[in-house]
This record gives sequence, structure tokens and C-alpha cells, in this order.
Amino acid sequence: MHLDLSQNHFVLFGLQAGFEVDGETLALRYRDLQKETHPDRFANASEQERRLSVQLAAQINEAFRVLKNPLARARYLLELNGVTLDDTDTRMDHEFLLEQMELREALAEVPHARAPFDALEELRDQLESRERALIEALHRDFDDGSAPALARARDSVRKMQFIQRLLEEAEALEEDLVHQEH
Amino acid sequence: MALLQISEPGQSTAPHQHRLAAGIDLGTTNSLVATVRSGLAEALPDETGNCLLPSVVRYLASGERIVGKSAKDEAVRDPLNTIISAKRFMGRGVADVKSLGSRLPYDFVESESGMPRLRTVGGDFSPVEVSAEILRTLKKRAEDSLGGDLSGVVITVPAYFDDAQRQATKDAAKLAGLNVLRLLNEPTAAAVAYGLDRGSEGVIAVYDLGGGTFDISILRLHKGVFEVLATAGDSALGGDDMDRVIAEWIMEQAGIAHDADHAQMRRLMRDACDAKELLTDVPSTTIRLERSDGTFWEGVLTREKFNELIDALIQKTLAPCRRALRDAGVTREEIHDVVMVGGSTRVPRVREKVAEFFQAELRVDIDPDKVVAVGAAMQADVLAGNKPEDEMLLLDVIPLSLGLETMGGLVEKIIPRNTTIPVARAQDFTTFKDGQTAMAIHVLQGERELVIDCRSLARFELRGIPPMAAGAARIRVTFQVDADGLLSVTARETNSGVESSVQVKPSYGLSDDEITRMLKDSMEHAREDMDLRQLREQQVEADRVLDAIRIALAKDGDALLSAVERAEIERAMEVVAHTATHNSDYKAVKAAIDALNRSTMEFASRRMNASIQQALSGHKLDDFE
Repeated sequence: MHLDLSQNHFVLFGLQAGFEVDGETLALRYRDLQKETHPDRFANASEQERRLSVQLAAQINEAFRVLKNPLARARYLLELNGVTLDDTDTRMDHEFLLEQMELREALAEVPHARAPFDALEELRDQLESRERALIEALHRDFDDGSAPALARARDSVRKMQFIQRLLEEAEALEEDLVHQEH
Repeated sequence: MALLQISEPGQSTAPHQHRLAAGIDLGTTNSLVATVRSGLAEALPDETGNCLLPSVVRYLASGERIVGKSAKDEAVRDPLNTIISAKRFMGRGVADVKSLGSRLPYDFVESESGMPRLRTVGGDFSPVEVSAEILRTLKKRAEDSLGGDLSGVVITVPAYFDDAQRQATKDAAKLAGLNVLRLLNEPTAAAVAYGLDRGSEGVIAVYDLGGGTFDISILRLHKGVFEVLATAGDSALGGDDMDRVIAEWIMEQAGIAHDADHAQMRRLMRDACDAKELLTDVPSTTIRLERSDGTFWEGVLTREKFNELIDALIQKTLAPCRRALRDAGVTREEIHDVVMVGGSTRVPRVREKVAEFFQAELRVDIDPDKVVAVGAAMQADVLAGNKPEDEMLLLDVIPLSLGLETMGGLVEKIIPRNTTIPVARAQDFTTFKDGQTAMAIHVLQGERELVIDCRSLARFELRGIPPMAAGAARIRVTFQVDADGLLSVTARETNSGVESSVQVKPSYGLSDDEITRMLKDSMEHAREDMDLRQLREQQVEADRVLDAIRIALAKDGDALLSAVERAEIERAMEVVAHTATHNSDYKAVKAAIDALNRSTMEFASRRMNASIQQALSGHKLDDFE
């Protein structure tokens, strides 16, 4: 028997696979698993155990990150269901793309705004509210679980990735703005 | 009647011997060592009763080194040979050090590796060697006070320290002959010292404003688990900057704004620092200044004016606070305690502004100069295995994103900042040209998008890729960050299996060869035999490994091993025990330990699996409560 590092994240946490994850249970199990595997528990152990503990604790951290974050969790669930997200496929519905272009323009305007930090905050709020709507849709579609529902979930995930990228760009822009202030 | 048991000669009957462990706060201005005695963590004083060791090393022409207060007292008289604030140069290149400003009186020379060395009458020394002198002094203080060899130490670093600075700190410890159990982030150490996890649950902030660095960490506490949610900071912001604005104000008032010489500037900074400290307790203070023409200026600095002068600096600490809160995903209202760390948090205006920002109670009851060392000592005690029942667990994060250079001088982030460590993450890359057989891997740390704006950590090459069309090769690059926050990188072409890896050594760090040479040099200095030292190290390691396996066997041997498997491990243990006591060749002892480690690999993996099962099944019971 060997330590199975390829274990499914849900199995590792003793949870049922699904989009609905109770945050508190997840956090509780995470802490209990780390209490058993963290390298601090093996500071005096054999070399093997120390190395294993780093690998395992890293895997638990990764699983926790994926299960905690709705986008990562949704991607992971699709993967488990055999639905592939081809990242080179960028076809999106027209309406969504138009909206994205507008948001992107708004982001480009931020540095020229009278109060750039406030403008950035406002844009971020907009992006986050769109994200919340998509998460609600994901709950419905993963509950349904049928092939068309999973196809819709795949669409939502790709939309969330667009929004995520914009949020990251907003973050990078803020970094630059702070840097200019210094 | 049960027979009395007699153990084999030379074998310890008590697996849980108390191990001597200490926590070290290696600071920019002062350093401390603390330890846990009779359950209480306390900073250890020197023979004059002082716990703070000024982080100052003076090199004499005779080769002698003086560390601490007596070195600091000579700093003005002998500036070139007296090194202060070496921490600011750790893991930095010559160009970085020069950009720290012209106020540095040192004579820097560049070594082959690009690492700056300080030229003194006693020779050229790297910042790592200077720090090693400070660590050696603290090691001696601890061992004299505890009456034995230290088995391991926890050394604290600013949370915002990058990989190069952490590696440099670990190298300094190695040079000082210390076994580092863990590098611990200073704000996390402070949180541990306050023991806020006991009984209380929730989210706290640690605001750490030192002489030259600022850290903010947001932690979630839960029954002994300290989970760092986010950390942010500014590695060049601290109390020194307050002194500078006061000095500038004095110069302006005295009408000497543009003609203060070097010596006068030094005096001004000292007077400014004194005024700052006085204003903590009194509403105003009188400052007297002699101009270069012999005339005098005298003025009063009120606390109101002082507050006005430093408000911009305090404001600068609040931007990282906001970012940390956002990264942590918590609101200000959720913070119920703010732990204040670092000498600069004694300034009333800092306390006022921080309390106003967080709208929370400030924790100031532990001496802000000692709190970090005390927390480190508590962690060292747990890591040394002296508190097997302790539930304390620290989950920390990396402060800055890690990534790779891609086409066009852009950085592709592999691990974003505030990711919990340890962490391992892989990403696939491909070749750019037909028939490309090598790939340059450039590892970077920082938040900006362009390579030139990030810190270069290391470069290495993956060679021997079979010639393929552009885009056909699959190069998997794996980043692994251990619990000390140190990175190693592996690159592997997955079709052919060609592999290349580096333990990331900072671009301006010491190579392993350099460390070995320096260790040898210092041995010769102390007329000690390198082989003997290595033998002793291997003997200690043999004891440690045997101890660990004995405990593991007693706990899980019956359940997880067959009689045959157990006998095999026990045979390997006997070989180690015998070699360690009868063989004087350290290589033989090491070989026996390696063999034992191999024979326990399967057992280790079963134990790890069993503990995971236990952690989960323990929960399933709780769920029904």
C-alpha cells in the first residue's frame, strides 16, 4: 500500500462530491488533516516522514484551495464529470462579449479618473456581483447534473474565468497605482 | 512476578528526553534569544542582565570579532569596521545595496557571485557571515544559560522577506552551527506569544512596525490552529523614517536645510530619535542644535507637531493593511484584536491611528521588543517534541507571488501571494522554435507583470530536449515551497523524461561550496577537526532517527507491520546503533542512517495514511454530536 497522492480532493476530505460544500465542515476537516500531516508535526521524524509530510500537507492545501473557491471547485467538478474546458476555445455569446468589452474599457479609463481608487473599487463591485449571479447558476446546474445542465455549467465557468481575469487585471492596475504613489 | 527489564547499553530507555530548543529574533537593530523553562517562555539576558543584543559586529585587525553593545559603542569612532543593520543587506546584490542610499558608511566589494562583501581591517565579510556572528553569540548565551547543546532553534524573519532573504538567513544559521527547526514569520510568532488561540476564536491582525520594516498579518484562530489568511507589508518603512522627518523639520526650522554635513546629520538623527521617544510620555520637548558656524538654534517640538509630521508615514502602513484584509477576504469589522509588535508601535499616534482604522482593541501588554522571540521559543519547544500533546499548529503563507519569465519579458505567476505553505504546483510550457533542445528557466518573485519589476531568484536551463516542432514539447515546471517558505523548482520534458532541477539558491546567495569552505575556515580558526564535527553531527542524527522510529514502532508497529517487516526495520536500527557507537567514519554512519531511512519508507507512508483516516473518522463521530 502506498500513499495515494492522486486521491480525489473530495475523498481526501471525506466529503461527497458536489458543488454544494459546507464552508465550516470543510475548514474543520482541513485543520484536522493538517494537524496530522503538517511538517511541524515531523520536525524530529525520519527523513522519509518529513518528505512525505511536505508532499501530503501540500496536497491537502491544494485540495482545500480548490474546494473552497467556487470557480476552482466548479472546474474540478466538470473535470471529474469528464467535461473538458478547452482553454483555447474562446467562443462566447455575443451579449457577454459586448459586456466584457465595456468592462475592459472601464478598466482602461480608471487611471484617468479623478479618484482612481474609488473608480477601481466600483468596477470591482460590478465584477463581483456578476460573479455571484454565475455562482447561483452553477448551484442550479450542478444540482440538476444532466448533460445539458453540465454544458451550461461549463459556459458559466468560462464566463467566470473572464471575470476572474478582469479582477486580476484590476489587481495589477492597483499595484501599479500604489507604486506610482510611492 | 514480572521480570525486570534491562535495556541494551548505550540505548536510551526514555524516548521523550527534554530537548534544549530556543527561539531567536534576528532583528535589524537588536537581536534576542528566548527559551521555554518550566513551561514559561522568557528572553535570556546576557551577564549584565540585558536581553537585547544590538545587532552590531566589529571586526578588528587581529581577526577578533566583537558583537553587541561594546561593538555599537565604537560604531561612530570606527564606522568602516563596525557593521550595523546587516539584516538590510541579506539576500541582496551590490546594486540593491547601493540603492539603499548614500548614508551607508561601508566599503562594499563585489564577490564573484555578485554578493556584496563588506571590507574591514579583519577581512571581507558577507552580510550572511556578519549575521552568523550575531547568531553565534546568541547560541553561546543560550547554551551557557541552559547548560547544554541546543538541539534546534526557530529563527524569525519578517513575513515580507522574499526567498533570497530567507535563504540567506538559513545560511547564516548553518554557518553559526545551528540546527534550524523552522524559519517563522515575525507577526505569526507574536500571535503565538499572546496565546490568543486559547479560548478565543476569530480573526486577529498583527501590526508589526519595526526600525526598518513593516508587516501586517491577518490570522484566523481556532483551538490551537493559527491560520495566516494574508500578509502584506513594506520592507523599507519603519521608525527610522520617523527620525528622518523630525530631523528634516529641525533642519528647516534651524535654517540649515541644505548645508548639514555627514557628522551633523548623524547627530541630528540621534536627537530626532531621542525626541520621538520622549514624546511618548511628555506633551512637548525642547531641541537644541549647534549650527556649523557655532551659533545655536533652540526650538520646541510638540506632540501635535510630531503627529502632523508622521501622519503620512502612518498612512503609508494603512494601504498594506487594506490589501491584506482584501486578500484575506475579511472586513475590518471582523477583526476583534490587533496585536502591536515592534518598538515603533510605542508611538501614541501609531496606536491611535491603528485603533481608529481597525475599530478594535489593541493588544500591547507584552513588551513589543521581546514578543517575537518569546513566540519563537514557544514554537521551538513544540517542534523539538517537548510538548507531544500540544495541539498548536501554525499555517503560514508566502508573502509574494512566484512565477516564471515567458516570452516578451512577462511574468507568468505559478503560485500567487498568500498561498498557504507547504505548496506544490505545476504548469506546462512548450518550445518556441522548431528543433529547440534547451529551455531557459528564470524564476521570479513579485506582483508586477514585467520581469524587470520583479526580483530575480534564480536561472537554470533544461537541456537535452529531443528536437521537435515548435509547440510539440511539453515542459512541466513544478514549484515547491516548504514550510520555511523556501522554494525549489523542477523542470521536466514529459515526453522524453529529461529532467533538471534546482534548489533555488538566490542570485546573490552563497553556494554550498562557499558555505562548506566558510565552515572549514571557521573550524580551522577554532582548531577543530571538520571530520570530528561531521561525525558528531551524524551521531546526533543517528540518535534522533532511532528515537523517532522507536516512538513510531511503539505506537503503530503492531498495527501496521508484519513480523517480518518489523524485524527488518529493527535489524537496520541495530546497524545504525552499532555503527554510530563503534565506527569513527562519519560516512559509514551516514550510510547506515540512509539504509534505515529506506527500510522505513513503507512504514512511514502507512502511518501517514492511517493518521489521515483517523482525522476523518474522528470527525464523522463529531458530526453526530
